[in-house]
Amino acid sequence: MSADAIALRLRGLEKRFGTVRAVAGLDLDIAAGSICALLGPSGCGKTTALRLIAGLERPDAGRIAIGDTVVCDATTFVAPERRRIGMVFQDYALFPHLDVAANVGYGLGRRPDRDRVAEALALVGLEHEGGRPVHQLSGGQQQRVALARALAPTPEIVLLDEPFSNLDAGLRERIRGEVVEILRSAGVTALFVTHDQAEALSIAERVAVVRAGTIEQVGTPEEIYSRPASRWVAGFLGEIEVVPGTSDGRRIVCELGSLAAESGVDGDVDVMVRPESVAIGLTGPQNAAEGEVTGRQFYGHDQLVELRLASGRTIRSRRLGFPAWHPGDRVRVWFDGPADVIPRQAGVEHAAERRREPVG
Amino acid sequence: MAPATGDAARLPGRLATRRGSRVEALLGDRRPPAALLAAGVVVGLAALLPAAYLLVLVVGDAAAALDAALSSRTAGVLARTLALTAAVTAGAIAIALPLGWLTVRTDLPARRLWATLCTLPLVIPSYVGAYLLIAALGPSGMLQDALGVERLPSIYGFAGAWLALTLFTYPLVLIPVRATLRRIDPQLEDAARAMGRRPAATFASVVVPQLWPALAAGGLLVALYVLSDFGAVSIMRFDSFTREIYTTYRSSFDRTGAAGLGAVLVVLMLALLWVSSRIRGARAVHRLGPGTIKPATPYALGRWRWPAIGLCGAVVTISLVLPVGVLVYWANKGISSGSVSVATVAALGGNSLIVAAAAAAIGAVCALVVAILAGRFPSPVSRALERFSHAGYALPGIVVALALVFFATRAVPVLYQTLAMLVFALTVHYLPLATGPIGASLAQVSPRVEEAARVLGRTPLEVFRTITVPLVRGGVLAGSALIFLHAVKELPATLLLAPIGFETLATDIWNQTQFGFYEASAIPALVLLAIAAPPLYLLSERGTVSA
Repeated sequence: MSADAIALRLRGLEKRFGTVRAVAGLDLDIAAGSICALLGPSGCGKTTALRLIAGLERPDAGRIAIGDTVVCDATTFVAPERRRIGMVFQDYALFPHLDVAANVGYGLGRRPDRDRVAEALALVGLEHEGGRPVHQLSGGQQQRVALARALAPTPEIVLLDEPFSNLDAGLRERIRGEVVEILRSAGVTALFVTHDQAEALSIAERVAVVRAGTIEQVGTPEEIYSRPASRWVAGFLGEIEVVPGTSDGRRIVCELGSLAAESGVDGDVDVMVRPESVAIGLTGPQNAAEGEVTGRQFYGHDQLVELRLASGRTIRSRRLGFPAWHPGDRVRVWFDGPADVIPRQAGVEHAAERRREPVG
Repeated sequence: MAPATGDAARLPGRLATRRGSRVEALLGDRRPPAALLAAGVVVGLAALLPAAYLLVLVVGDAAAALDAALSSRTAGVLARTLALTAAVTAGAIAIALPLGWLTVRTDLPARRLWATLCTLPLVIPSYVGAYLLIAALGPSGMLQDALGVERLPSIYGFAGAWLALTLFTYPLVLIPVRATLRRIDPQLEDAARAMGRRPAATFASVVVPQLWPALAAGGLLVALYVLSDFGAVSIMRFDSFTREIYTTYRSSFDRTGAAGLGAVLVVLMLALLWVSSRIRGARAVHRLGPGTIKPATPYALGRWRWPAIGLCGAVVTISLVLPVGVLVYWANKGISSGSVSVATVAALGGNSLIVAAAAAAIGAVCALVVAILAGRFPSPVSRALERFSHAGYALPGIVVALALVFFATRAVPVLYQTLAMLVFALTVHYLPLATGPIGASLAQVSPRVEEAARVLGRTPLEVFRTITVPLVRGGVLAGSALIFLHAVKELPATLLLAPIGFETLATDIWNQTQFGFYEASAIPALVLLAIAAPPLYLLSERGTVSA
């Protein structure tokens, strides 16, 4: 990991609005050329972090470096127009009085290079729409104009603020794929903000989970999803079942069987498992638990089966839509996929913290 | 790669400590550029000047001012003024409500044409309207001639003032009523009908409550107009506050007396503004639920079509066709008798244009400064400056003029009876008209758009020039058109503040009508209408007249 491979470096970034600390000591490094997501619930400070990076807000403390250049610290504040950043706003913020080409060329100075404008438009597949007024474009096209406008001045890094939230659900997935393609082919470093777990997991190479103004966990989508650093991250990324167990340092034993222990985890633990990693069947492995189906929600492609274990504990299992399970079915229940283990104490603490979400 | 934590030793010091927290509390988190803030302070203080100087005058000789304000004569003036205000407001609503409904919600033939025609009387200044009524209905007027009778019931006094003001101010109610009727969700009426209410009951129980804000807003404009009107009441010889102030000032140069009366009038206007803001707040109507509003199905008038056309026709005839017809009649006489020279009228028109255009241009710039401060740099200071800029709204033109006359004569004699002082008075007086549309157009420009331009490499000034200005141009034009429209018709401030020998169309019309020279005043009046009509038309199309 060499220093020049880092496109953006944030250290101890802080921003308060009145008494609310929107960003509270945020540290993050982003590798050049990667696509990274800031994922968090609304009001967690992720958009404020993006605006601090762009220079649209002044931090109360902290340092921001873009490439090797410090653009903000205790003594320096580089104005947004001199940071060489591209930004795609949530509502696109296109210039309504300018046509598509003029929007894209705005960042190229007073006499924009036509070839560069055409190049940027071609990158987003709008090479023939340059003369159209922006209000005539569909939401997806406006999105691409915003992207072309951000990319045209060849910025070091592109920031995208909830870029897909204004699109229809049906359109969203397609546009997401297109945007990732465009960002990859432009070879640009991208940081985007989202509250949508599926979105972050599906398009980012690295995901930084933000909670109450700080980074809770950074990792690949797979790491974040299957090995959440806390019960909060686990719960935020999807449905989670928690089964208490005990660890002797080598193996963890719980109601659903035993599994290999992480190093350093000892004593009482919580085993966190996604419903899709809870298997059920009429027969099962040797140490599988006994359970009874108490309810079922059918979604077509899959079904969520509610179970009561012999101990009285309830747990959910996500299975494919067929065969159908019915309340009253006696089943065997066991782990079938990754499970994450954290010390019991941490789990309790996070469960308590969860009730005081930040406001604003 | 990418460690998420660490580096704690290199945490920099807090930036916040470099800023004074008290300054931050006053100027907000986002500090405006110094030049902008300075301009805003100048505008705010200038707008406050007439009110502040009025206060200085009244407090300076409190005994005499109280004497004037509390005399039994003042009580009579107060009663007359309030009666006139109430009667005109009621009359304007009585005309505007049916016209609004007919031109928006029914199948009345040529609805849009009627709507435009019904808005146009606003262009006729009250003093022109009043003298036309006298020319038509007064002693030895056209009606008396036509009927060949000795005497008609006197038009002077309350009846004449009421008629003139009602006929030429009802569009102030009509415009917001029409705008609201267009916005009201007709599905609510469908729902009421479906629940078994008859059309009339539906209108009373569903539509009228939703019209309350529009009626309150329009009624407030009419009431403020009546309170501050000088021309119509003076011509009709009705002793309301403005006429009393003028005669007190002219007859004796009794400064404190006039100022005391002016202060009572200002208190009256403030009370009205307060009451109306309470009414509007309590009656605020919000649309619940999502979805777009589907256009209303026009109510079929059926056999009521002809009475409806008759009503519209009568209003347009009395408030527009007759006045313009009378003007044309007198103008024709004036031209054929050769009593009016083209050069004179051209000079008068030129003077009016210069003064009104200067006030409109300066006012629009001032309003833009205030709107940017309030909209983009919200803070206690910018909010205060925005409120100050509305001060002219609560002062009748004659009070603004009076305060500035005394200010100029006492503090800066160099400025007394200069064009600069006149333009200053008109700008300050009509500034609130421009802050509405300009603030609204700025509010429609998302700050994100400006930020996007910043991030794309442009300096704040370039962003202002290439993004903000083009996007608020419509609002700025509307705001300056509003100022122009009012300034070109303005009478009392121009009478008191214009340099000696500097006559405008308004003052010339006033002078001629004082002596009953109808012929001589008809052509300037027509020219005035011709100048004021285009901006009014533009504004009524945008629906911003009542802003």
